[in-house]
Amino acid sequence: MTEAGAGQKMRVEHLGMVFQRDGGAVSALEDINLDVSAGEFVCIVGPSGCGKSTLLNVLAGFLSSTSGSVTIDGEAVTGPDPRRILVFQERGVFPWLTVEGNIGFGLSKLSRAEREARIAHYVQTVRLQGFEKAYPADLSGGMKQRLQVARALAVNPDILYLDEPFGALDSITRVIMRGELLRIWQTERRTILFVTHDIDEAVQLADRVIVLSSRPARIKEILAIDIPHPRNISSPRYLELRDELLTQIGLAYEV
Amino acid sequence: MNSVAKPRRWEAFFWPAIAAAVLLAVWHYSVVLTGTKIFPSPTNVKTGVIELLHKNVLWADIGDSLRRVAVGFGAAVLVGIPVGLWLGWSAKANQVVNPTLQILRPISPIAWIPVAIIFFGVGDRAAIFLIFLASFFPIVLACVSGVSSVSPVLRSAGCNFGLSSTQLLRRVIFPAALPQILVGVRVALGIAWLVVVAAEMIAVDSGLGYLVIDSRNSGKRYDLVVAAMLMIGIIGLVLDFSVRRVERIKSVRWGFRNAS
Repeated sequence: MTEAGAGQKMRVEHLGMVFQRDGGAVSALEDINLDVSAGEFVCIVGPSGCGKSTLLNVLAGFLSSTSGSVTIDGEAVTGPDPRRILVFQERGVFPWLTVEGNIGFGLSKLSRAEREARIAHYVQTVRLQGFEKAYPADLSGGMKQRLQVARALAVNPDILYLDEPFGALDSITRVIMRGELLRIWQTERRTILFVTHDIDEAVQLADRVIVLSSRPARIKEILAIDIPHPRNISSPRYLELRDELLTQIGLAYEV
Repeated sequence: MNSVAKPRRWEAFFWPAIAAAVLLAVWHYSVVLTGTKIFPSPTNVKTGVIELLHKNVLWADIGDSLRRVAVGFGAAVLVGIPVGLWLGWSAKANQVVNPTLQILRPISPIAWIPVAIIFFGVGDRAAIFLIFLASFFPIVLACVSGVSSVSPVLRSAGCNFGLSSTQLLRRVIFPAALPQILVGVRVALGIAWLVVVAAEMIAVDSGLGYLVIDSRNSGKRYDLVVAAMLMIGIIGLVLDFSVRRVERIKSVRWGFRNAS
């Protein structure tokens, strides 16, 4: 892929990030090169503290890289933009707004009727019917994350960045949320970049998994997950890819 | 009664009533046993309150005190919140203004009374100025700390949806800081109510503070002094209670620890 093809969404070239800290320079990202196609589901995994979140924040425009470039549809990323929304791990919803208020947050330019239709649609999409007037304090952790996803989808972004969105949830809720996210991705067809430290999550969700090395983060391996959805998580191919990822990360799979 | 169990309904009223009754009894018997002629007993105070009510001065004084607080405190809210938001928002402005603010803040509003009288003469405006000063600083400081403790995640989320700086301030920073701002407003109202009484003792000739000092000066009517004190306490409680009601509104309730 040398020229931006029809399906290409994002191109990351020689991306590097150096933080100045206590007089010294700490390198967080080194020579990251990555192409992402439109509608692709990409997971980014790596040891904790390796710079996964830094990478996502650079891609989303919240941090400026110190070298290299990120272009989306041929246009350089210079700052945050409603065309690409970052979903945070937790406490990302506005606690002073109701479910409706949160989903409608980015829709102030729409007419009242359009806004209400959009809100109603995404309330349905994330299955929060009956909670339209509820405040985040009255929602469970999983519901709050669904609300964050709905608020992001409502502004009709091309790209969703998810920064360990299910990391703060219990394991049962996490599995349910994965299913929900896949269902939404399959109907809405957005490009998704999903940071996780959970190997199973990556193999269950992604088209491709980017494995980062420990700090400074480089791309160690890009693994295509060639299993069609719905994925059988005890199939030999699933286990094979899972083992491959564990080895890449440097984890023994015998506890 | 252990701390986990919810007190039964009658207990919530019964024990506080007992405590108040004990205090009244101690007061009553202290007066009786010492045989004092100057300090009033609870019964004297009760007749004092009734006397004040009949003479209609009490309502006029309460009205005057409340009006001064409403104007002074209201102005402090209207000026203090924008100033506080601006100082919290702009690190540069805060750096410039903060040292001066920190020097002015610990000066008791009472110390300003002579200055207020020079500026405004003996009258309403001096008292209102003092109340304004007294409530301005707590409100500004609450805003500054409220804004600086807004979660960076919420700021980022606001930026992500394409808000301009003013929109971010109005739609994210202000509502996120509002619970802390309300705490400052409540503290300020409490202080304003303390200060109005002090100011009225010196700077004006009406209001509950004036009633206290005037009852003493004109005929040592200590029954009326204590009656006025009692009214000050009750009204202060009502004011605090009404701000606490505001804290229970749903769009700010999330910010209070004991939210239910």
